[in-house]
Amino acid sequence: MRNIFRGFRAVFYKEVLHVRRDFATLFFSLIIPLLQMVVLGFGIDTNIRQINTVVYNADGRRESRELLDRLKNSDTFHLIRYVENDRDMNDAIISGRARVGIKIPVDYSDRLLHQMGAQVLVLIDGSDSSVAGQAINVTTAIGLDESLRRVLQNRDTFAVDMRPKLLFNPDSRSPNFFLPGLTAVLLLNVTTFLTAFSIVREKERGTLEQLFVTPVRPMGLLFGKLLPYLAIGFFELCMILAFMRFVFQVPIHGSVLLLAFLSLPYLFVSLSIGILVSSKANSQAEAIQLAFLTFLPSIFFSGYIFPRETMPTIFYVISYFIPASYYINITRGIILRGAGLTHLWLDGLVLFVMGSLLMVVAARRFQHKVIMA
Amino acid sequence: MPANPSSNGEVAIFAEHLVRRFGNFTAVDDVSFRVEKGEIFGFLGPNGSGKTTVIKMLTGLLPLSGGSAQVEGLDVRTDSESVRECIGYMSQNFSLYYDLTVAENLQFYGRIYSLEPVRLKRRIDEVVQLNGLGPYLNRLGAQLSGGWKQRLALGCAMLHEPKLLFLDEPTAGIDPVARRQLWDLLFELSGHGITFFVTTHYMDEAERCSHVAYIYFGKIIADGTPNSLRELPDVQPKGTLRVEITTPEVTRALRYARQISGIRSATIFGQSIHALIDDHFDLNELRGQLLKNGIAVAEIRPLAPSLEDVFVELTYKHQAQLEAARA
Repeated sequence: MRNIFRGFRAVFYKEVLHVRRDFATLFFSLIIPLLQMVVLGFGIDTNIRQINTVVYNADGRRESRELLDRLKNSDTFHLIRYVENDRDMNDAIISGRARVGIKIPVDYSDRLLHQMGAQVLVLIDGSDSSVAGQAINVTTAIGLDESLRRVLQNRDTFAVDMRPKLLFNPDSRSPNFFLPGLTAVLLLNVTTFLTAFSIVREKERGTLEQLFVTPVRPMGLLFGKLLPYLAIGFFELCMILAFMRFVFQVPIHGSVLLLAFLSLPYLFVSLSIGILVSSKANSQAEAIQLAFLTFLPSIFFSGYIFPRETMPTIFYVISYFIPASYYINITRGIILRGAGLTHLWLDGLVLFVMGSLLMVVAARRFQHKVIMA
Repeated sequence: MPANPSSNGEVAIFAEHLVRRFGNFTAVDDVSFRVEKGEIFGFLGPNGSGKTTVIKMLTGLLPLSGGSAQVEGLDVRTDSESVRECIGYMSQNFSLYYDLTVAENLQFYGRIYSLEPVRLKRRIDEVVQLNGLGPYLNRLGAQLSGGWKQRLALGCAMLHEPKLLFLDEPTAGIDPVARRQLWDLLFELSGHGITFFVTTHYMDEAERCSHVAYIYFGKIIADGTPNSLRELPDVQPKGTLRVEITTPEVTRALRYARQISGIRSATIFGQSIHALIDDHFDLNELRGQLLKNGIAVAEIRPLAPSLEDVFVELTYKHQAQLEAARA
């Protein structure tokens, strides 16, 4: 009689009925993440190309024009304007029309022809650090390359020839990098909201209190609620993966089955977070606020946008407590690096343990707190 | 209302010195009472007086801060799970699922109590018949009117054949016909030996109960059958008489009546005034005094106190005690 899952089946059936009856909510909660994915997938390109550039070429002879061609061909710079004085160049940068200004001095060609060092001034707008970094790297590299070619005119090879090779995303395509991480965020979003709402709605309606006067046990109630949404989350995962593979052409190097399998503990964690949120929130508005509180760390500290390794120590430590950190390692591992279970079992296990802990905490809270509200 | 014939002296609820505190606030303060099996126990009191809190304590929704309670012989503190098996609870706001049909709501609550399919079907048929829900089985909960919501909620609460049903303001916001029908149903079920714990604001409902208790600011200030309460000395002090004064000008009449020295208290009831007067005070003299102030009196006649009189008197008395204690 002391079955700690008492009431599971009844709650499960009922929850399926709720979902079926409220098809519109389900539809939108499944479609909106896909729309987000389309926007982010097509819209965000982390590779910096075609930076607006203003040029003041005081020299104007062949050597200076060759240098500008090389800058243009790097695909990093887009020469929008030629100006005739320093002031116009500065204005173009201050007004934001251009982010880089290149000034070739009047004696550039002369100095090169006389085997003397020539200087080129590159003004960079530092207000966007990634754009600035890219501009510095590319201009320095082109300058170095140009110098070497002139110094080594009569030799075929460089003394040291670095040959970098990108292993898993050879074209540096942004979607390949972004979408596996985005999967984690979107799944968290959908499942947390759906479970949190389904419980908070019962609180608002008073049916939750009613349930606690019946022999239903908290675990029966919570798992009965959780399972239908686990199925929905899993379905959403399949749609996201299909979109990623066929719309964004992100190749999946590892086993899709393994990815599906390792997604289960992550879904379990995010559903548990939803339940925990609902144990605290008394209205749907409160639930939204609390849910966002859990999303933000998942977005910023999970390595989805910023690499975890470059974070200040405190945030790096925090990132270990964020489920999305592990799941992003799993998705990027399987999708991009073709990783197998031997590489990722620990991440899966950590997620499972996190989910179980959260679930126990949530169940205890329901036993002790919710009923007093 | 005579005591219910099926009450056989067995105890359905036994509460002793119940206390519930929320921080510094004591919502339920040393409350004791007992409810016999088969009784319709009316639990009355103003809003915020602790009625719902007591129900929550007895149903295991709220832990006790002090005291003890047995429901159907089971200790609510140590055996709350067994308590839940044998009670039904219908909350103030008819906790139904609005997006499920009547049949689905019933099935859900049946499954919660682990009724096996055959029994579930039989019980649903019985409950549907008893509550007249037949024509609405496929209607969504949200589409039911107040009275039908209440019947469905009652149906859900009694599917598992509980011996004791807690109804928290079951008739709030229900039309008079539905109210009457609900009470008829309660009497019928009570005849089958089910005990009811009913909270209500309606005095006519209180009159129908076989046993009433009145809670005021967390304390029970009256407990007994409606008739025994009417005879309490606080309600009907020695040497006093309760009269009904019928007059077309009740408001003005009340103002003067309160100044007449033989009248101890007076309250308006519709087109009349209920007054507690010294029993040696002549009714004709009373009529004369009112007439002197230009108030035409149609009739003055002796009156047995209603339960409302009882609770009003007790409340005033209790308030006076509280103020005296504070001073």
